[in-house]
Amino acid sequence: MSAILSVDHVGVRFGGLVAIADLHFDVREGEIVSLIGPNGAGKTTAFNVMTGFLKPSQGEVRFRGTSLKGLAPHAITRLGLARTFQRTSVFPDDTVFDNVMIGLHQVGGRLGRAPVLDALLGRAGAGERQLRARAAALLDWVGLSGRMHEKAGALAYGEQRLVGVALALATEPAMLLLDEPVSGMNASETRVFVRLIRQVRERGITILLVEHDMPMVMEVSDRIVVLNYGRLIAEGPPDRIRNDPAVIEAYLGQGSSARQAAKSAHGSAREPVHA
Amino acid sequence: MTRLLPLALLAGLVALPLALGANPYLLNALIVTGILTIGAMSLNLLLGFTGQLSLGHIAFFGIGAYVSALTSLGFDVELGFGLRAVHEPWPPVVGFLLATVAAGACGYLIGRLSFRVRGAYFVIVTISFAEVVRLVALNWVELTQGPLALTNIPAFTLGLPGLGFWTLKSKLQNYYLVLAVGTLCYLLIARLVHSRFGRAMRGLKENESLALSVGINATRTLTVAAVISAAMAGAAGSLYAHYLRIIDPDVFLFATTVTMVIMVVAGGKGTLMGPVVGGLIFGLLPVALRPVMAPEAQWIVYGLVLIVILFVLPRGIVPGMAARLGRRPARSAPVLEASPAVPQ
Amino acid sequence: MDELIQHLVNALILGGTYALLGIGLTLIFGIMNVVNFTHGALYTVGAYVMYLTVAALGLNFFLALPVAILGGLVLGAVIEVALLRPFRGSDIDTTMLVMIGAGIILQSGTLWTFGGVAKAIPSPFPEAPLQIGMVSVSWLRLFVLGAALALIALTYALINRTKLGLAMRAAFQDSDTAALMGVDVRRIYTATFALGSSLAAAAGALLGPVYVVFPQMGGLAELKAFAIVILGGLGNVTGAAIGGFILALAEELGAGYVSSGYRDAMGFLIIIAVLLCRPTGLFAKAERIG
Repeated sequence: MSAILSVDHVGVRFGGLVAIADLHFDVREGEIVSLIGPNGAGKTTAFNVMTGFLKPSQGEVRFRGTSLKGLAPHAITRLGLARTFQRTSVFPDDTVFDNVMIGLHQVGGRLGRAPVLDALLGRAGAGERQLRARAAALLDWVGLSGRMHEKAGALAYGEQRLVGVALALATEPAMLLLDEPVSGMNASETRVFVRLIRQVRERGITILLVEHDMPMVMEVSDRIVVLNYGRLIAEGPPDRIRNDPAVIEAYLGQGSSARQAAKSAHGSAREPVHA
Repeated sequence: MTRLLPLALLAGLVALPLALGANPYLLNALIVTGILTIGAMSLNLLLGFTGQLSLGHIAFFGIGAYVSALTSLGFDVELGFGLRAVHEPWPPVVGFLLATVAAGACGYLIGRLSFRVRGAYFVIVTISFAEVVRLVALNWVELTQGPLALTNIPAFTLGLPGLGFWTLKSKLQNYYLVLAVGTLCYLLIARLVHSRFGRAMRGLKENESLALSVGINATRTLTVAAVISAAMAGAAGSLYAHYLRIIDPDVFLFATTVTMVIMVVAGGKGTLMGPVVGGLIFGLLPVALRPVMAPEAQWIVYGLVLIVILFVLPRGIVPGMAARLGRRPARSAPVLEASPAVPQ
Repeated sequence: MDELIQHLVNALILGGTYALLGIGLTLIFGIMNVVNFTHGALYTVGAYVMYLTVAALGLNFFLALPVAILGGLVLGAVIEVALLRPFRGSDIDTTMLVMIGAGIILQSGTLWTFGGVAKAIPSPFPEAPLQIGMVSVSWLRLFVLGAALALIALTYALINRTKLGLAMRAAFQDSDTAALMGVDVRRIYTATFALGSSLAAAAGALLGPVYVVFPQMGGLAELKAFAIVILGGLGNVTGAAIGGFILALAEELGAGYVSSGYRDAMGFLIIIAVLLCRPTGLFAKAERIG
């Protein structure tokens, strides 16, 4: 299969600090790839570069053959590359339903040609009904139908992540970047989420994941890319990564929480936690 | 319920002059209040719905007033380099349209700017813009008469060729004109807010990064909001010029922006009814206070009321009352009404 | 040439008081994150206290100046405790509106108390200006410059040499950490607002005798203070000092060589130009993105 996303020798520097040094990897269409590494390895920075929130100091990212150089975040989303955020994944003051309605911005744009004029003249009726149906369907899919009239900001953390995923899916992406989607979720929520990720892939959406939950990463990924200090140190299927000396070294070299993560990564080989 | 309230208010405002009889003082206060309320509604589009605090809003209002007045008065100005601009008077209705367009164009500039500078910087840029415009009105005497004011501005004339024309000279006629324009603005804003565009504005206000990530173009959205907001303020300015029939550079005073901000914040920013309720209260407060105290003291009360409202009802009167009555604010209610049944 | 020098001298004198205004405002913003819309009113109050003590009470001109500064200090502390403390934790828009309300009350209060007629403050300096070549400067204006520079130096010493200044700088860096280190942040906020207010009052008391005193004089001064602070970068004290002189220079040259009617427009044109080119002000460090 061909590469849908190519990170081509990307480097990011903040002043003298090197956040990413010469990062180079591809994601092929239909894959689930995870980007892992200890804290501060540059994973979120890499996401920010791919989605136009940060300009790389060197190199470029190509999506479906198009260079993303100089494109604003909203323009990149329009090409079919969507993302979620680590911390704030919702529009807090709106209901869950309205959140998804905001997320359907692009779909709405396709339905009406002159949106502001349509709105002023009240021509948007049919399109609006279609959008509502779509929003309801999306919420149903991610399992938030029951919460649809609640304020998104008042939801539990794990549910907010799901809203974030629904928002990203609302843009009808060809590829989805998930930034620590299961952080703050308990074991059963994580299990449901893994199932959701697989369903998303079945719909033909490629997935790139940043995550600290090693068992989950090992279970769901086709391939894993490992970063440390802004450099790519390993790349390959979960089995190979689990036993890669450089990866183990990177995690053991860090604090105890990272050691735990590495340990649990090994643990998951023996007993698959998420079915 | 939330739809009945504006309708009831509208009915009340339509009937009000009948109840008041011919009280020119009260009618005058109502007309000026109405015009300022239109300004407040337009300000709310920026301040409430996009979260951009524009403290130079009066610039759009004043530009509308001057453009409309000059269009209907005509002018003859030396532009330098041997160029001269001569303009024969046109009907006030044309002035109204041009005022809307000119203010909208200025709104475009401010909107483009608002993407570059945010927060406190944006506030100060907008104030500066208004001050520059005021100083131009004050100093370009050949065009604006400067402090001597533009006088004899014609009153509005409405009508269609072949059907006849009416010149709106009486206060009562002006009252209904302002009410009509105000209602129209309210409906336009309501439409806009509940549309895809309105959702984009809300998204940007609540979580900008997330809004960008779902494909919302921030520059475009903020610019369009600024253009519409400014155009409405310009329309209000035009009404003001043709009602008072005299304007001077004092229409650009910062205090008027402050009045509009108070109306929006006190009423409830980011709600449809907020600026209307706030506008009526703060527009008519001087009427209530006039018999009991001096104008300076009235302003002191104004300031006190603003602080008290911020303290007691920080989100404004309309959302505060709605919460107290156990209802949701008017903004999101219609969305709820129209949402489809939960698919099981 | 002489004309240019005269403009430069005028700019220097005006710039001193502008710098005072700007430093006060930028301190309050930098430490408290409050856009102070009472700054102009405090400037007016300073001028009126000066008028009251000199013209009405007949006190010595040089004694009246500290009285005016003290007046600003006390009023600032009262405003902070009564109006800002209850709104701690509110967003910047809310405190801005509270300050707008307080500004309205102060300005209208001044108008109510003193009436709208402009008042003159008698000065003890000789009428005849100091002549050096073709350049002439009134003794009063020279005193204003000297006093302004002295007050700026005093403020710098306060910030850099005292314990209070150290605590203020700590709060400026990070108020939460400062609180953890045992700094009484509430007290620092009151002190900061009082200090900023006293600088505004000092500027009013110094410029009051040069021009005339009237209730609306603070409006334009406030807008100019914003211009100065923007020029220097919000929260940057040295930037505000330099910004004060730049604004005065621009006004003088604009009035001298463009049109005196547009003197006051210069500051605002500068703001717009600066923010278009450098959205964080002339002297602000470029912010890190991300």
